[in-house]
Amino acid sequence: MTIENRLSGPLPDVAAEAGHTGHPPRVGFFTDTSVCIGCKACEVACKEWNNVPEDGLDLLGMSFDNTGALGANSWRHVAFIEQERPLGDQSPGLAGLPTGASAIDVTTAFVAEELREAPRGGGGLGTSPLPRAPEDLGMPSFDLPGAKTGADGRTDFRWLMASDVCKHCTHAGCLDVCPTGALFRTEFGTVVVQQDICNGCGYCVSGCPYGVIDRRPGDGRAQKCTLCYDRLHDGLEPACAKACPTDSIQFGELDELRERAARRVEDLHERGVPEARLYGHDPSDGVGGNGAFFLLLDEPEVYGLPPDPVVPTRDLPAMWKYAGMAASALLAAAVAAFGGRRR
Amino acid sequence: MSEDPLLREPRSDAQAADRRARTFGRRKRGGSREELMVPRAEFRSYYGRPVLKPPVWEWKVPAYLFTGGLAAGTSLLAAGADLTGRPGLRRVGRTGSLAALLASVYLLVADLGRPARFHHMLRVAKPTSPMSVGTWILSAFGPGVAIAAAAEVLPAGLRRSLPGRLLRAAARPAGLSSAIVAPAVASYTAVLLSQTAVPAWHEAHAQLPFVFTGSAAASSGGFAMALVPVEQAGPARALAAFGAATELVAGKVLEKRLGLTAEAYTTGKAHRLRRWSERLTAAGLLGTLLGHRSRALSVAAGTALFAGSALQRFGVFEAGVESTKDPKYVVVPQRRRLEKR
Repeated sequence: MTIENRLSGPLPDVAAEAGHTGHPPRVGFFTDTSVCIGCKACEVACKEWNNVPEDGLDLLGMSFDNTGALGANSWRHVAFIEQERPLGDQSPGLAGLPTGASAIDVTTAFVAEELREAPRGGGGLGTSPLPRAPEDLGMPSFDLPGAKTGADGRTDFRWLMASDVCKHCTHAGCLDVCPTGALFRTEFGTVVVQQDICNGCGYCVSGCPYGVIDRRPGDGRAQKCTLCYDRLHDGLEPACAKACPTDSIQFGELDELRERAARRVEDLHERGVPEARLYGHDPSDGVGGNGAFFLLLDEPEVYGLPPDPVVPTRDLPAMWKYAGMAASALLAAAVAAFGGRRR
Repeated sequence: MSEDPLLREPRSDAQAADRRARTFGRRKRGGSREELMVPRAEFRSYYGRPVLKPPVWEWKVPAYLFTGGLAAGTSLLAAGADLTGRPGLRRVGRTGSLAALLASVYLLVADLGRPARFHHMLRVAKPTSPMSVGTWILSAFGPGVAIAAAAEVLPAGLRRSLPGRLLRAAARPAGLSSAIVAPAVASYTAVLLSQTAVPAWHEAHAQLPFVFTGSAAASSGGFAMALVPVEQAGPARALAAFGAATELVAGKVLEKRLGLTAEAYTTGKAHRLRRWSERLTAAGLLGTLLGHRSRALSVAAGTALFAGSALQRFGVFEAGVESTKDPKYVVVPQRRRLEKR
C-alpha cells in the first residue's frame, strides 16, 4: 500500500489501515435494486432496531416516496422512480388487444373512437380506466390518471425502486473531516459515529459526497447508518438486510458480495436487461469503492446518487499548497507594508 | 450523456423551463447583469431533489470567517507597529485582534450542535480535518493575542507592579508569536470550506485562499485606517490596498475558472452579496490610495473595506449553500468528467 492511497485510491485492507490488527473481514451491503419491491420494510426495521425517531409524516407529492432522502432520521431510504419504459423483457401486454399498438394507425384511431362510445369506454377490457372526471392523485405522471381513455392512454411503464443507505466508503469524506474523532473506522471496515464524542460541528454533513449524514435537529449530533455495529458484534446481520423480503438487500463479506454482484449483472444482461449496472463496487473509483454498493437499472443520478463521487480529501495536498501560497503572500505583504519608507 | 432510445421521459427539469425562457444571443435582459457563462446543461435527477445535504452551518460560520481574518490581520499590524514604533497602530491592532478573536471563539462554539462539548475538538490532532488543524492553529494563535492585548489595556496603577512589568515584557514576544501564526489563521478557513463535497467551495480550492487572505488584509487594514491617526496608519493602508486588490482579482479569477459551478457565485443571493462586496472594496481601495492625508476619507475607505470583506465571506458561504441545493452542480460536472474518461 502506498502512502498516497491513504487519501484516495484503492485500499485493500481498510480496517488495518485504520489500525485494527487481527480484524474480521470487511463487510457491507449489496443492494440489488432489480428485485426491490419498494415495501420499505428496511426503513421500518432500521428505525425499530436503532431507535431512530420519526421524521415527520409528510406527503411529498412525488411518486410513492414520502421519505424523500437519507438523513439524520432516515438511515435507509427507498427511492421510487416512475418511468415510461418497459423493464427488460417485460411486456405491458397491450399488443394483442383490440386497440393495441400492433394495429395500423387508421384502425387504432377508428377503434379508439368506437371504444369511447362503448359502455364503460372499453374499460371492461381492463385496458383503460373508467371514463369519469379526472382525479388528481398527486402523482408525477405527465397526464392526470384517467384523463385519457382508449389507445392513447396506454403506456409502457416501469417502476424503479432502490433502497439507499450510507455507502461506508473506503475513503470516507465524513470520517476524514471529523475534528473530534467521533467518526471512526470499525474493525469491520464500516464507518460509525460515536454519539458520546460528537459535538455536532456539522463538518461531516458537508464532507459527504453522497449527502448521507446529517445533524439531528434538537439532538445536535450527526447521525447515520452504523451498519448495525451492535448486531455485527453478536454475529447478526443488520436489521434492514434481515427484514428485506426479496433479498434485495444482501449483507456479507465485501469480497464475496462483489463476486455475487458481478454474476448477477452478467445474468441480467443475458436475460435481456442491458441497462443493469453496478454502482460503487469499483475500488478504483473516487472514494476507493463503497462498503455498500448497488445494482441499478438506470443512471445513478436518476436515483439521486452522484454519478462520479470523489472524496474531497483527494485534493487536500493541493488545497494546503494554495493556502500556503496565500499565507506566504499575506506575510510578505505585511512585512513589505512596514518595510516601506512611508511613515 | 448516453443516449437511451427506449427512454421517453424529459431529460431534465432545467430544460423544461429553459424552452419557455430562452435567451437569444448574448443580449442582456432588463437591468440584469447576469449572463450565463456556460450553456445550460441537460441532466437527469431524482425529481429535481438535491444530491447533497446543505451545510448545517448558519450565519455564525461566515461571520467567523470574517472575524478570524480580522483577528489575523490586526495581529500582523500590531506586531509590525510594535517593532517600528507606532504605538497608536499597535494599540488598535492588539485590542482589535483580541476582540475579533473573542468573537470568533463565541461564534465557533455557538455554532456547534452540542456547544458544551466544544473541548472535544482538543481530543485529537487530525491532519485530514482542516477543522482539527484550525483548532490547533487557533490554540497557538490565541494566547499571544490575549497577552499582547492585556498589556495594552493594563490599568496605569498596575503597570509598575511585578505582574504588570512581566506582562509588558511578555507582550512583544507574545504578539510576535501570534503574528507568525496569523497568516495560517487567515488562510486555513479556505481549506476548511474547500475540503467538503460542496461544489462551489471544493472547485474553488485554488482561488479561495487568496480571496480569504485578501479579505483578511483588507478588513484589518480598513479597521486600523478608521481608528488610527493617518500619520501612523501608513502600513495599514498598504496592507489594506494589497488585500483589496488581491480579493478583487482572486474573486474575478474564481468566477472565470469555475465553469458551470461559477453560476453559484454569479447568480442569486451570493451574486448580490458579492457585487456589493466588490463595489465597497473597489471604492475602499480607491479611498485608500487617495486618502493618506485626510482622516475623514480614511475612515470612510476603511469602513467600506471592512464591510466589503464581510460581504465577501457571506457571499462565498451563500454560493456554497446554493450549490448543494441544485442537483445540477453535482450531476453535470461529474457526468462531463465521466464522459472524458
